[in-house]
Amino acid sequence: MSDINSPGLRGSGDSGDQSWPEYLTSGEAHGATPADAEPEGRRTPRRVIGTPPPAASRTLLTEEAAARQPATRELPAEPEDPARAKRAERLVAACFLLAMVAGFGFLVAYAIIGVGSIDGAWHSNLVLGTCLGLTFLLLAVGATIWVRHLMPDVEITEQRHLMRSDEKDREAFKQTFTEGADTSQFVKRPLVRRTLLAATVPLAVAPIFLLRDLGPLPGTSLDHTVWRRGLRLLVYGTGRPITAAEFNSPGSIISVGPEGYLDDDDAMAKAAVTLIKFRPGQLQFTPVNHAVPNKVVQNWTVDNIVAYSKICTHVGCPAALYEQTTHHILCPCHQSTFDATEGARVIFGPATRPLPQLPMGVDSQGYLIALGDFQEPVGPSFWERS
Amino acid sequence: MSVDRALEGVGGWLDDRFHGARGVRVLLRKVFPDHWTFLLGEIILYSFIILLLTGTFLTLWFQPSMTQVVYHGAYVPLRGVRMSEAYASTLNISFDVRGGLLMRQIHHWAADLFMAAIFAHMIRIFFTGAYRKPREINWLIGITLLTLGLVEGLFGYSLPDDLLSGAGLRILEGVMQSIPLVGTYLAFFLFGGPFPGHVIIPRLYILHVLLIPGLILALVTAHLFIMFHQKHTQMPGKGRTNENVVGAPMYPYFMAKTGAFFFFTFAVLALAGTFAQINPIWLYGPFNPVAMSAGSQPDFYMGMLEGALRVMPAWQWVVFGHTFAFNVFIPALVPLGLVFTLAALWPFMEQWVTGDRREHHINDRPRNAPARTGIGIAVVTFYGVLWAEGANDLIADHLDISLYLTTWIARVAIFVAPVLAYIITKRICLALQRKDRHLLEHGVETGIIRQLPGGEFIEETRPVDEEALAVLTSRTQIPPLPALEAGEGEVQAPRMRGAMGKMRERLYNVVTESIPLPEPHADGHGNGHGNGHAVEGNGHGQESLPAGSGGAEPGADVDQH
Repeated sequence: MSDINSPGLRGSGDSGDQSWPEYLTSGEAHGATPADAEPEGRRTPRRVIGTPPPAASRTLLTEEAAARQPATRELPAEPEDPARAKRAERLVAACFLLAMVAGFGFLVAYAIIGVGSIDGAWHSNLVLGTCLGLTFLLLAVGATIWVRHLMPDVEITEQRHLMRSDEKDREAFKQTFTEGADTSQFVKRPLVRRTLLAATVPLAVAPIFLLRDLGPLPGTSLDHTVWRRGLRLLVYGTGRPITAAEFNSPGSIISVGPEGYLDDDDAMAKAAVTLIKFRPGQLQFTPVNHAVPNKVVQNWTVDNIVAYSKICTHVGCPAALYEQTTHHILCPCHQSTFDATEGARVIFGPATRPLPQLPMGVDSQGYLIALGDFQEPVGPSFWERS
Repeated sequence: MSVDRALEGVGGWLDDRFHGARGVRVLLRKVFPDHWTFLLGEIILYSFIILLLTGTFLTLWFQPSMTQVVYHGAYVPLRGVRMSEAYASTLNISFDVRGGLLMRQIHHWAADLFMAAIFAHMIRIFFTGAYRKPREINWLIGITLLTLGLVEGLFGYSLPDDLLSGAGLRILEGVMQSIPLVGTYLAFFLFGGPFPGHVIIPRLYILHVLLIPGLILALVTAHLFIMFHQKHTQMPGKGRTNENVVGAPMYPYFMAKTGAFFFFTFAVLALAGTFAQINPIWLYGPFNPVAMSAGSQPDFYMGMLEGALRVMPAWQWVVFGHTFAFNVFIPALVPLGLVFTLAALWPFMEQWVTGDRREHHINDRPRNAPARTGIGIAVVTFYGVLWAEGANDLIADHLDISLYLTTWIARVAIFVAPVLAYIITKRICLALQRKDRHLLEHGVETGIIRQLPGGEFIEETRPVDEEALAVLTSRTQIPPLPALEAGEGEVQAPRMRGAMGKMRERLYNVVTESIPLPEPHADGHGNGHGNGHAVEGNGHGQESLPAGSGGAEPGADVDQH
């Protein structure tokens, strides 16, 4: 924006009693005719310079007639350099024309490029998007050249006033408001006021009641999973039961779920289990039949296969990554790391508790089965968990 | 001329009914100051409009349902796979609806641009002090909009029910459960039972397409009307004062410019949606509760929360049979809560410390408010450390360093980096002020060396031009504290005694630390009056302060505490 104009007025001549919001009333220009703009603006800042006095400007017609007189024009009508403007005009027109072509290209592409296959969707996206993007880009470039090179530069100054109203107005407002309050008797009659407020109390809590049926109460449902004694461990993906002999390469890992629940997302969200096979001697065993810190319960393993809950004890992501060499189970979400040989104790990250171990045995046919549910809640901590 | 006829016809018809000639005429001449950073807000608005347009298109095909179906659509690799209707319909939009993939990708890019522009806009407002009186309410509306945007985005990208966003919802469940006392109930009510249940997608859908966008639309409208009514701030410059607005009129300049900018925004998003794949849910696969892949990141605006969860050490208490999962609810609530609370309170804390209750319409140059700029950079650094930690697995992978090392670096940096950032930023600001002072005192170097008759060499300088002078001398003159006003031997103002008063005085000294400007030139462009001159009378008692100085109120009671 070229700075050919005089700086704005300091707010010296504002009339203090404007009844219109400011943005509707001010606006003084210092464009083409700064010389006659300022003094006039001082006297009647409400008027836009160069328009007839308010009495005559009641209709658009007279205002328009005034605008036709070049002497009173506020904004310059013509750019400074006609030759440059001519070039810009052609450029703008070319941009808009090409935008139209690209726009039609979009319509044509929509009509002729079919979707319904991966390639089709890909081609359609490419052509439609290119046409649409070019349409908008050319419109944007054209409009920008238009503004910058066809419209003459102008800078105008608008006065600003304190947001605070006049004391007079504030007093008047106060009086009106107080009158209203008095007339309503709201202030004078506390009985009415207090009973009205009391009446709103049940309405205020009603929404909380109405939302009660959003879901069941948790009860003890977080404390257990669907695992129970005798359920076979089915391989997630194939749905087949598995024997210890089939799962015999040390260091390998599979995801399993309880028989009958593999397609039940609600059940699997808590019951998913990771099976890991170890070499003899790798696991730090404890002979007891309950969870012991840093130990694997030997009686819950089969042939150095151990079953851990797959649900991270941090915020419940599947702890899906396993590093063979270090036997670390890693949750990809927040990198809680568990040592699988030592009862899945936490060795890094934000999780506070080890992954619970599933009591596991074999049935008469040699398939791996659960000996019961986890002995502690799986997944993230919650308030009621002790 | 056809313009005349249109005015007589349509314009006249409308004016007969609305009496608009006078009001609209002045509206057309409303002044819009110009600065490139003012476009950030426009990007937010236009991304939002594009979000509404593309989002409406998507709703025509999207099925917000968790009913399990077997897929038989165009995407061959997933044929025969069990998935929710939400996921299947998203595949359908991507592969079987012409323009569907484009609209989906534009929608997602527009959401990211929306959030990025909000952050950038907010940072600009903060560093230039544009939140100061009378714009505090708009600042608070802005923070609310940012919060709503975060939630809207999270809910939006959760709708396709793919593996990645399903994990996001699961994290949401875990976080809710960790909240003491009510957490388990909150989670069960939101999900209609245990995760994942069958209602979360339809619930998020109605929040995402109706409630939250409605709130955003209402608040954006309020934000714009307030801005319109209070008029824009402007950057310091020649002829720009606290009592005027200098720029181009809305009609035709701003209308044409902003129209062009809308087209630019749409063009960029359309081309991004064409050439930059985003959220390819067919590669992630449908949600299942057993699988998760490495390198899982949420959209960037959730990265800070993700990082906070990752950086937190494993702290937890079990007291009287109840679990306090500090490892989850502290990172989920505290860091972002701190940043937002500080941001929301900042304008009021600053007013309390400086006692400056005047209106400010000229933006500060960040260097001229070293403490504010320093704190702003410190907060950005704090946020940035957590944000980077949200992608620490990728950082570790790309830089070939240990994953745990990145977390340890973040654990230290989260405390150290903001402090360093504050100190360094403040020093840089003061150094830039010194440079400004040097320019004012010695002028601009011309590169011309002149030899005096006596043989001495001197360097020629020329005084800074008027425009630069206006910028360089623009400073908010913060009025002195009442206690400091008191002369020697006088009694301290009562409110400056006591612990709060002492703290305020100390903070005041920090906030007002600056390199003084040189004495003003004789022609009086510089600091005319200094501060504290109460102008008599009401209504329009505005002091003629230099460009960039604070305005004065009638009876300028600058300190009311």
